[in-house]
Amino acid sequence: MEASKVIHAIYTDDDILMSAVKKVKAERHHIEEIYTPFPVHGLDKAMGLAPTRIAIASFMFGCVGLTVAIVMMNYIMIEDWPQDIGGKPSFSYIENMPAFVPIMFELTVFFAAHLMVITFYLRSRMWPFKKAENPDVRTTDDHFLMEIAIHNNEDSLLALLKETGAAEINIVDKDEDAH
Amino acid sequence: MEYKISNRLRIGAIILIVLGLLGVGYGFMDAHHYETVEDVKELLASESHHGDAHATEVHGESHGESALHVEGTDAHGDEAHGAAHAEEGHTMSHEEHVLHQIHNRPYSALYVAAFFFFMISLGVLAFYAVQYASQAGWSPVLFRVMEGITAYLLPGGIIVLLIAFLADSHLFIWLTDGMTTKGSDNYDALVAGKSSWLNKAGFFIRGLIFLGGWSLYRYFSRKFSVAQDNADINDNRNFKKNFRISAAFLVFFIYTESMMSWDWIMSVDPHWFSTLFGWYVLAGMLVCGVTTIAMIAMFLKSKGLLEHVNDSHIHDLAKFMFGFSIFWTYLWFSQFMLIWYSNIPEEVTYFITRIEDYNLPFFGMIAMNFIFPLLLLMNSDFKRVNWFVVMAGIVILCGHYIDIFNMIMPATVGDRWFIGIPEIGSILLFGGIFLLVVFTALGKYPLLPKGNPFIKESEHFHY
Repeated sequence: MEASKVIHAIYTDDDILMSAVKKVKAERHHIEEIYTPFPVHGLDKAMGLAPTRIAIASFMFGCVGLTVAIVMMNYIMIEDWPQDIGGKPSFSYIENMPAFVPIMFELTVFFAAHLMVITFYLRSRMWPFKKAENPDVRTTDDHFLMEIAIHNNEDSLLALLKETGAAEINIVDKDEDAH
Repeated sequence: MEYKISNRLRIGAIILIVLGLLGVGYGFMDAHHYETVEDVKELLASESHHGDAHATEVHGESHGESALHVEGTDAHGDEAHGAAHAEEGHTMSHEEHVLHQIHNRPYSALYVAAFFFFMISLGVLAFYAVQYASQAGWSPVLFRVMEGITAYLLPGGIIVLLIAFLADSHLFIWLTDGMTTKGSDNYDALVAGKSSWLNKAGFFIRGLIFLGGWSLYRYFSRKFSVAQDNADINDNRNFKKNFRISAAFLVFFIYTESMMSWDWIMSVDPHWFSTLFGWYVLAGMLVCGVTTIAMIAMFLKSKGLLEHVNDSHIHDLAKFMFGFSIFWTYLWFSQFMLIWYSNIPEEVTYFITRIEDYNLPFFGMIAMNFIFPLLLLMNSDFKRVNWFVVMAGIVILCGHYIDIFNMIMPATVGDRWFIGIPEIGSILLFGGIFLLVVFTALGKYPLLPKGNPFIKESEHFHY
């Protein structure tokens, strides 16, 4: 278990945070993480984060849902027990398809939505009873925190962060296994 | 940004009009080759002979419209438009019925194309009013494009009414003589029962009221929009007026649009009715309207004339194309599924004729209006690629032409439909007039409505 040192630079305004992020990126420092109380528009772009692929995942989940609906109803209504229910044609799937469309639609949406949410939880490691990873309680209220790892460049980093208008700068020992 | 219609565009539009007129003229001449029932008997005989002889072969040779649907000639019964007479002892012979369908075709072709282009400008007008009433911040840079397209509203509407007037009972069977007179051969109790709404005077009075109301809004909105350009920087009076009349127009519009769809479209099948028909037509016109806005905006931008329109604006328009396409499908399916499911004979004939005689256009338009835009415009990045949006737009516009085609044609020409010279000629004719009117109107005022209080936001719109 190796403990490393990180800098926590705390800001009180999202505009200042944004310009700080740009400055830090321009100096080619790696930002470990940023904690904000609310979504800051453009922060991901400024940090250079890769775009999310969750929409693609959702589309594929939707296709799965559609397939499930079609296979299920084709088996139940057409192949397994093709009864005459109120004169509806159950000779082939296509003949009775309009009656299945509401279910096909709902299952598509159901799979796309729920599996996407679960994917989101898994990817962002969120579950009940999970220990909160909040380095500073104020970041859920009105403070913004930027975390940068120190690699023998403590002084230059401190100077740079002071320049960006940080309200508070702390050097913290971080336990790598904490999260 | 000033724009002037280029000579090339004007000449191109005029060529379209001339070609279209030739096509339409040919359509009428061709239809009147068959003057009497005897001619039709000959035609039907040659068709059925032809059908027997080549029953198993592919019909490679073209015989114009007559070669189509060979099998259908004896099978097609009363549902098509003869349903109008079904209960009252059908006095019309099959040949006479076919003769009527042949004669109806050029009128219907004209009407479908005229309504299609008119519908685009009406859809744009409604979209424009929504933008004003909702005080949208993204769209003001596109207002002049929308105003240009709505310039076609009045001429286009007059054309539609004029065709309806000239076509008379060729389009609207309830205008046939004697249909509401007891004891007449043509007497139809159902139509007679609806005659307090479906009568010639009422139809045209209502038509003029609809068209007058929409044109008045269009006139004043354009006037205030232009006046706002020259107003003082803090003077938003014209904008506020526009906001108010837009809200009022939308209330007027939603009522008149429903009634217009009953009158102008649903009444071609006077025995059939559907409650969500008005919204269904509305959804179609909104898709076409937004698509046309996007395409004309991209065209003008490619000429360097709309410097403030960026990819985000196109992205928003593409989202509307996507959303309204799905909305259209939702309404189409709701109407179809409810009628298919309950299968009540008096309602379901509408879809039976369409599925039997119009199978390809009827289901093809679902692919064009739903599956194609669904898959193409789902991706956020694709919505910013102009040629992608243009491609999707072309398919959507073609698909919605077929939608109108499917609404009108089965009632007037039945199984004797084809998308041939009369139909394409009509599209060229009204497409040419549309281009001429719209691009002339676009050249009248600067393309940037600089006085709009939301113009700064719109210029910097970014999604």
